[in-house]
Amino acid sequence: MRNVKSPRLFTVVFAVILQFQVYAQGDLMSLLEEGDDTIVNYTFATFKNTRLITGHSVETNAEGVLQFNIGHRFGRVNSGWRNLFGIDNSTIRMEFQYGITDRLNIGLSRSSFQKTYDGMIKYKLLRQKTGAETFPFTATVVSNMYCLANEWPNPDRENYFSSRLSYHHSLLLARKFGGKFSFQFSPTVVHRNLVRLEGDRNTVFSLGSGASLELTGSLRLNAESFLIFPGQFESKIGGETVKSAFSIGVDLETGGHVFQMHLTNSRGMTEKILIGETTGSWANGDIHFGFNISRVFTANRK
Amino acid sequence: MKKTLVLFSVLLLTVSVSAQKYLTRNGTIKFHSETPLEEIEAINNQVSGVINMDNGEMALTLLMKAFEFEKALMQEHFNEKYVESDEYPKAKFVGSVEDFSSLTLTDKPQVVTIKGKLTIHGVTQDVVVKGSLAKNGDKIVGTSTFQIKPEDYDIKIPRSVKDNIAKTIDITVKMEYAKR
Repeated sequence: MRNVKSPRLFTVVFAVILQFQVYAQGDLMSLLEEGDDTIVNYTFATFKNTRLITGHSVETNAEGVLQFNIGHRFGRVNSGWRNLFGIDNSTIRMEFQYGITDRLNIGLSRSSFQKTYDGMIKYKLLRQKTGAETFPFTATVVSNMYCLANEWPNPDRENYFSSRLSYHHSLLLARKFGGKFSFQFSPTVVHRNLVRLEGDRNTVFSLGSGASLELTGSLRLNAESFLIFPGQFESKIGGETVKSAFSIGVDLETGGHVFQMHLTNSRGMTEKILIGETTGSWANGDIHFGFNISRVFTANRK
Repeated sequence: MKKTLVLFSVLLLTVSVSAQKYLTRNGTIKFHSETPLEEIEAINNQVSGVINMDNGEMALTLLMKAFEFEKALMQEHFNEKYVESDEYPKAKFVGSVEDFSSLTLTDKPQVVTIKGKLTIHGVTQDVVVKGSLAKNGDKIVGTSTFQIKPEDYDIKIPRSVKDNIAKTIDITVKMEYAKR
């Protein structure tokens, strides 16, 4: 009798003991991680600044943030030592950008080169994201209107105010790869109300592209180019033909400032000049050194 | 005899299944750094935590990106440069309350010692912290205040902002657990 009962009793007791398993700490953690599949990760810091080198990046300022950019562009390095390799011939551009929302920014600037005022509006349409929802890239649209404030070179002819105006529109598409490298395409349209010759198109197209590589948490290496499609320009500027723009630079970030230093073949710091008035040739040494300082202020705390 | 045995086993089974776990997904953790140059504060209201009221074991986890700062740029730097939240998205704590069996929870907070492993930025450290536990109706309230050093978790502070960030950061935890 006894021998028959023991195995049954043993089985029952064993089964009961199994129920008393202490919840191992690993089980506690997996309990907490049950909600993980709903997390969406929005990619941030695709670039360090709202401008890559001369052109815009997909980045926008957060709501309530005021950004002040001061850009310097010097003359050509091949202008020799008497001109301190172009340093003597410097132009500056002061820009304010404000975040109305995290995605909508407006801006106002003035460039000393061609005495240009410009207004900007920028909207981040789509954001790159991973996790529960995925989207492969960030898309931002940006538009500027430029107004030249110089005196009319020929006051005797009938000059229209509208001749002072130019416009620029870009669709910026960027993707951050693996946390260290970002790449951007910037198809761009620039419209000049007044052009010199009939063979110069008023509306000019360019395909911009840019790349940024993170070297350390505070240092990035950038490159930017704006390819000009042929057949859009007839006139020469200062005897030189209009060329595509190529630039390389670095971003150095400390606390609230971003310092950007670069070398480029483009004289101007606005898209109007970058696309359509770039005449320098890298091969000839028509290279301009430039640097930007960007400072961010939290105008309205969240 | 058979019937008694079956009844006895069923009773035992019933008792053993109810491990008392209390859970929350809205706990709060705040950190604070103060130096003569700058004051930095951030708060995370999406901390998940669980405490097993049978044996005092507990676990916490949070998303680093859920820390909210007053300044957007500070939040971006925190995530991109300091804690590298793309690579290390979560911070975790796994541990237990010491002498839990001798504890009887009441409305009044009681000081407890919590021992465990804290993982931040991919680095795990053994920690011993003081906290308090109390009952609030049918909820359990746990709080704790302790300090950590960023360097213990391999969080690199660039030389240029060395004086803006304190060597020890104050952490305040407040969790209200509900029976799962």
